[in-house]
Amino acid sequence: MGHKISLSTMFVAIGLTFSASIAMAADEAKADAKKAPAVEAKADAKAAPAAGDDARAIMLSYTCAGCHGTDGVSTGPAIPSIAGMAEDTFTDAMVAYKDKEGGKNGTIMDRIAAGYSDEDIAAMAGFFAKQKFVAAKQDFDAAKAEAGKKIHEKQCKKCHEDGGTKDIDGSSILAGQWKPYIHYTLVDVLSGDREVGKKMAKKVKAAHADGGDDAIAALVEYYASQQ
Amino acid sequence: MSNFSRRNFLKASAGATALGIMGVPFIAHGAAAKVVIVGGGTGGGTAAKYIKMMDPSVDVTLIEKNEFYYTCYMSNEVLGGDRTMDQIKFGYDGMKGHGINVVIDEVTAVDAAKKTVTTKGGEFAYDKLIVSPGVDYKFDGIEGYDEKISDESIPHAWKAGPQTAMLRKQLEAMADGGSVVICPPTNPFRCPPGPYERASQIAMYLKKEKPKSKIIIQDPKQKFSKMGLFTQGWKDLYGYGTDNSMIEWAGGDDNALAKVDAATKTITNGFGDEIKADVLNIIPPQKAGKVAFMAGLTNDKGWCPVDLGTFESTIHKDVYVIGDASVATGMPKSGYAANSQGKVCAAAVIAAIKGTEVAKQAYVNTCYSIIGPDYGISVAAVYDLGKDKDKGTPKINKLSGGLSAVDASATSRAREVQYAYSWYNNITSDIFK
Repeated sequence: MGHKISLSTMFVAIGLTFSASIAMAADEAKADAKKAPAVEAKADAKAAPAAGDDARAIMLSYTCAGCHGTDGVSTGPAIPSIAGMAEDTFTDAMVAYKDKEGGKNGTIMDRIAAGYSDEDIAAMAGFFAKQKFVAAKQDFDAAKAEAGKKIHEKQCKKCHEDGGTKDIDGSSILAGQWKPYIHYTLVDVLSGDREVGKKMAKKVKAAHADGGDDAIAALVEYYASQQ
Repeated sequence: MSNFSRRNFLKASAGATALGIMGVPFIAHGAAAKVVIVGGGTGGGTAAKYIKMMDPSVDVTLIEKNEFYYTCYMSNEVLGGDRTMDQIKFGYDGMKGHGINVVIDEVTAVDAAKKTVTTKGGEFAYDKLIVSPGVDYKFDGIEGYDEKISDESIPHAWKAGPQTAMLRKQLEAMADGGSVVICPPTNPFRCPPGPYERASQIAMYLKKEKPKSKIIIQDPKQKFSKMGLFTQGWKDLYGYGTDNSMIEWAGGDDNALAKVDAATKTITNGFGDEIKADVLNIIPPQKAGKVAFMAGLTNDKGWCPVDLGTFESTIHKDVYVIGDASVATGMPKSGYAANSQGKVCAAAVIAAIKGTEVAKQAYVNTCYSIIGPDYGISVAAVYDLGKDKDKGTPKINKLSGGLSAVDASATSRAREVQYAYSWYNNITSDIFK
């Protein structure tokens, strides 16, 4: 949990190294702890479902299971797993839904997210960050996945490290996520319906400009192939 | 921030070692606490599993009459032909895997004073009892209709199972050009959008296989759940509002069911009109399931009043009622609501066993309806425990939520079907796996 660096933390840390000669690692740790003190307090929590968690975090997070699966591991086909999501990724997504920036194509999450306070969202973020992500067992096309891997390496891997297996700096875990969900997201980014960072929009558009819809499909197969 | 927090944990377990709240037997003085759950559907199944997840040391016994459970949700897809009975069927092996003692037997008595549940095959003592009996039907208010007729020729199919299969068979056997008549119940009832999703699913089947047929909905109510979205969907898919509409809906007292002639499948409505059906589906008004009456948990309206923060009965101490049978003011009688209530109740039961406080409650409802191919709609809500604004009485308070947009894109409607399927897979896994 301690190795996750959020964007704002990075800026703080970079700012500090420019302005003073303090060891960067120490700054990161400090800034991180400041931003999310709950992480420190729960660092010793067990991986077992909910063990050692705060009762309110459990109470809130258990309500998500009916759609996202027990402890956030979705059985598919289209609703994503949220287990193992980094706290910042979870929080940013919920805030975006609250602000109606989650895209208009058929998600109920804007209606749901509006019911939660910042503290509620932080509590759920802490809960799901501690759950183990389980790669979805789903069919994939090996040849397309191979092609997708090349596109991933050209366009995506800078932010989606290690084949998209890690959630770093809001990247979300892509490897082993359900195919329809990844497809919906890419299509929405292309159409501009879903607001993401400029960099990501540019890269998705570049992949599409190179290989058309097949390139998007190939990327989906690639992430699905990692099980 | 109460209940299982470290503060309360320490308070409650003075003398115990801090090995973790969830994995260690909590009762200092000997035997594990005994929780008996009657009803292995959505509410009871969820409560059983989540008590074990939150505290494996609790001794949980689940008593259920049937070896298999058929989910009411998605059973309309069986009628539409997109799903089989086997695809809505669940057994109890998953629950046994969590250490739950599953007893397939019929409850014959509940003694809230002695704290025992009696079945045909035995007697079970409890410290806490959770009752999740679902709904039963008020046949006595409908002239010419009774339980026997529902089992033999005019199914309500409002509990998924043999009647669902019978209704599907009747639809398959009906000639093109036939009339399907659906009579929804008065409020309150299980699954408020259900009758209208049912009409939609049957229309989907008829449009494909028997396009000259009609569906007539004779509704005692002026309004129904997701009404704007259903009627929009019917316009988009089934010609609703035109002379050629496959679905005709009429609501209000004139359209309330007054009488049934079972032999000819003819109904008489409140206005006195006779309507003959080829396939007749009467969904009777409802009340709490039988066990709730047996245990003396019901009010004069036939439902179970509860403390909305714990779901403990306001009639009998140490007995909790969840799901459709409870009066969960503010929440609909839906599968998701029962699932959500099962978790709040599980936390409350554990807190009561340990003598700690219950955490601040959180409840959610999410409900999808599938109107046709690639055409899904939804309603969702997030709740906390609050008070009625006018009356000041306890109420489960809606914090956010709402319906799909009436003018949503085709992409959106198609995705909602995929989300509905995901919801189904996840909620059934959350209960039965």
